[in-house]
Amino acid sequence: MRLERRENVPLSTVAMAPLAAILAALVLAAGLIGAAGVNPLTAYGEMLRGALGSRLSITEMLTRATPLILTGLAAAVAFRARLWNIGGEGQFYVGALTTAWIGHSLALPGPIGMAVLMVCGMAAGALLLAGPAFLRLRFGVDEVVTTLLLNFIVILFVGLMIEGPLRDPLAFGWPQSVPVDGAYRLPDLVPRTRLHIGLLVAIAAAGVIWLVLTRTVFGVETRAAGLNARAAAFAGISLPKTIMGVALVSGALAGLAGAVEVMGVTGGVTTTMSPGFGYAGIVVAMLAALHPAGVVAAAIFVATVFVGADAMSRATGVPSFIADVIVALSLLTMLVALLFTTYRLRR
Amino acid sequence: MTDVLELSNITKRFGALTANEDVSLSLAQGEILALLGENGAGKTTLMNILFGHYTADAGEVRVFGDTLPPGKPRAAIAAGVGMVHQHFTLAGNLTVLENVMLGSEPLGRLRSNRAAARKKLMAISDRFGLPVDPDSKVSRLSVGERQRIEILKALYRDARILILDEPTAVLARPEAERLFETLRGMTKDGLSLIFISHKLHEVMAASDRVAVLRGGRMVAERRTSETSPAELAELMVGRKVERPVREDHRIGAPVLLADRITVADEGETKLDDISFTVHAGEILGIVGVSGNGQGALGALLSGLMHPSQGSLTLNGADAGHLGPRGLINAGAARVPEDRHAEGAVGEMTVWENAVLERVRSTEFSKLGFVRQAAARAHAADLIKRFDVRGATPDTRIRLLSGGNMQKLILGRCLATGPRFLLANQPTRGLDEGAIAAVHAELLAARAEGAAILLISEELEEAVQLSDRIQAIVKGRLSQPVTADEADPRRLGLMMAGVWESTDAA
Repeated sequence: MRLERRENVPLSTVAMAPLAAILAALVLAAGLIGAAGVNPLTAYGEMLRGALGSRLSITEMLTRATPLILTGLAAAVAFRARLWNIGGEGQFYVGALTTAWIGHSLALPGPIGMAVLMVCGMAAGALLLAGPAFLRLRFGVDEVVTTLLLNFIVILFVGLMIEGPLRDPLAFGWPQSVPVDGAYRLPDLVPRTRLHIGLLVAIAAAGVIWLVLTRTVFGVETRAAGLNARAAAFAGISLPKTIMGVALVSGALAGLAGAVEVMGVTGGVTTTMSPGFGYAGIVVAMLAALHPAGVVAAAIFVATVFVGADAMSRATGVPSFIADVIVALSLLTMLVALLFTTYRLRR
Repeated sequence: MTDVLELSNITKRFGALTANEDVSLSLAQGEILALLGENGAGKTTLMNILFGHYTADAGEVRVFGDTLPPGKPRAAIAAGVGMVHQHFTLAGNLTVLENVMLGSEPLGRLRSNRAAARKKLMAISDRFGLPVDPDSKVSRLSVGERQRIEILKALYRDARILILDEPTAVLARPEAERLFETLRGMTKDGLSLIFISHKLHEVMAASDRVAVLRGGRMVAERRTSETSPAELAELMVGRKVERPVREDHRIGAPVLLADRITVADEGETKLDDISFTVHAGEILGIVGVSGNGQGALGALLSGLMHPSQGSLTLNGADAGHLGPRGLINAGAARVPEDRHAEGAVGEMTVWENAVLERVRSTEFSKLGFVRQAAARAHAADLIKRFDVRGATPDTRIRLLSGGNMQKLILGRCLATGPRFLLANQPTRGLDEGAIAAVHAELLAARAEGAAILLISEELEEAVQLSDRIQAIVKGRLSQPVTADEADPRRLGLMMAGVWESTDAA
């Protein structure tokens, strides 16, 4: 048995891979649901109804998908250039914290203020990833380690800030930061739901990233550098500049996710406001095969699982942690599926 | 003589591609058989079937009269077949002895019997005249030594039939000659050998018999003593191929001037006080045994390394510190040594590769956006002008054959009408037809007045194309000799580094 490289991979195969991976993950997770004493089909039915069964549940799901699209884009952009940014979670939190801090005391007209706050969140995320990128370029420090560990540092720092200088005095002792001014809360997309226009921001970001990757000099050079660094260097593409550029874009996207979540949903920052948006972004990016349009679809899948799992848990008693299991399994099955889209097994 | 190995009516298809069709072949005891064919003729596939890496769709393999079960390399090894791959399969972090033992012991055994293994290895080493130090780490060995380990590995497993896939691809000529002497000695000891090659001169020099594969079919078998290089070339390619000939013409003014350049990288001197001049309309050949500084010279002229002393001047302006894009803007073009590693991004399209070097120029971009239409048109033009087969602008470049990829890279270089062209090993690994095409393009560029620096390890090629030749030895350059003065003996001496003593005399 050996792996043989496929000569030409039709687009339909590439598109089928994530579907096959998700199906495989669901089948594998069905075993666990069965072990919990529930018919998997019943459980998945509840899950679907919980996430897509009503207008309210759909808006909840899309609200959850919004930051996932942005953190997914952050991972996709970085991974394409082989910059292994595992720090989406940390970048999300610095984006959120910066937005809450500045947005609390900012005095600008609403829409302008919103734009300014988003830029601030992006800048914070970009700066946070610039550090590990610099360490890698200058000293060869593995960014997987630095970005991952920075996540914990950032969350502890957020804890420090919201217990201290940025503590919300009106939160009845809850560890929560001051909220952004009401003028900068993102308007609802659907009235009387939590869904806000951040969704449109995220989808627009996906469009912009797609355009940048396929149509610009920066995109072509980034792809070349990611696919064959030596050939890129031979063609005169500066690898340090490319990596740093990618780091800034990737960090900015994850920071934007934090900004949008604060302005659109939570108002203030807590250390539990993200159910792992940064990490789930990695799964989203992989399920999307690093394609910006795919990221939107993959984020909706992951959000469906997360939101649906809560409803399923209430209805059937299966712990909602099954959502984490399904998402994690789908990453593993997607990696296998990607292997088989590039290679075939031969005797 | 009895046949030790028989392949009968082997057919193997990969999807739509037929790699081998009804191929039969036999090998006699003590014989050296050369399997000759262009790249893609099906030589490696055939040997992989023999060795059990692939399963044939039809046909069978018999070793010493017994049919081998298909798809089982272990069965082939047990029957006494050993294979030495073109790309070595050695673990650099292990010692020679450990590499040789690897895989020959049962996995479940707790202790490996090193003492016995060492004894056996040294006995084989003595018997076949293949000296090794069993305790040195493989990563420290030269390419020639590594190949010796590969051969020993096969012999250690008691191979009676040895298959060598392009054994000289990575060797300099003296090393290659030594290898063939060793192989010849081994046949006297009863071994039978097949070696795969597309180099005519070594087939003529080293084999008893030649089998020629073309397009997956066995087209001819000849006794080596009864054939000629010309006949083999024609059989291999299927038509008469002649390399173009350099014609005399007027050489112009100096274009590229290297004045006493030293290049040091991480404290190591890669190029040592070298000087050369390339004139307009001239090809300057740099010959030498692989690993004598060609890499650094190529990197210097590609803008990837910079002189630590001395100066590089292109068209009268300093060019030593420009970097790749700066060099290109100054009128230089570069054909890299390794087209897969440096020349092209395999997963990107032909058009993207065609413009990658100049994607920031106003010709191919505007306000940071790529002008895709212009880039695609440019690629289509290159494909047409340089006869790149099997390609459209949107084909992924890794799907092209080596020769067609090289034609595209050469086209990318020549499209701008460069003043200076670096051609670093431009025909390495190409088949005869593609070599002739590349040579013709280089000579055409020369005729149009380009100054060309050709780095080549193929003496024949350097002599055919170059107006003047310098040898590179341990990072130093010899004085130039003109093409007329460059007889093989003199070049051989130059490549051995003896020019310095003749200068003094």
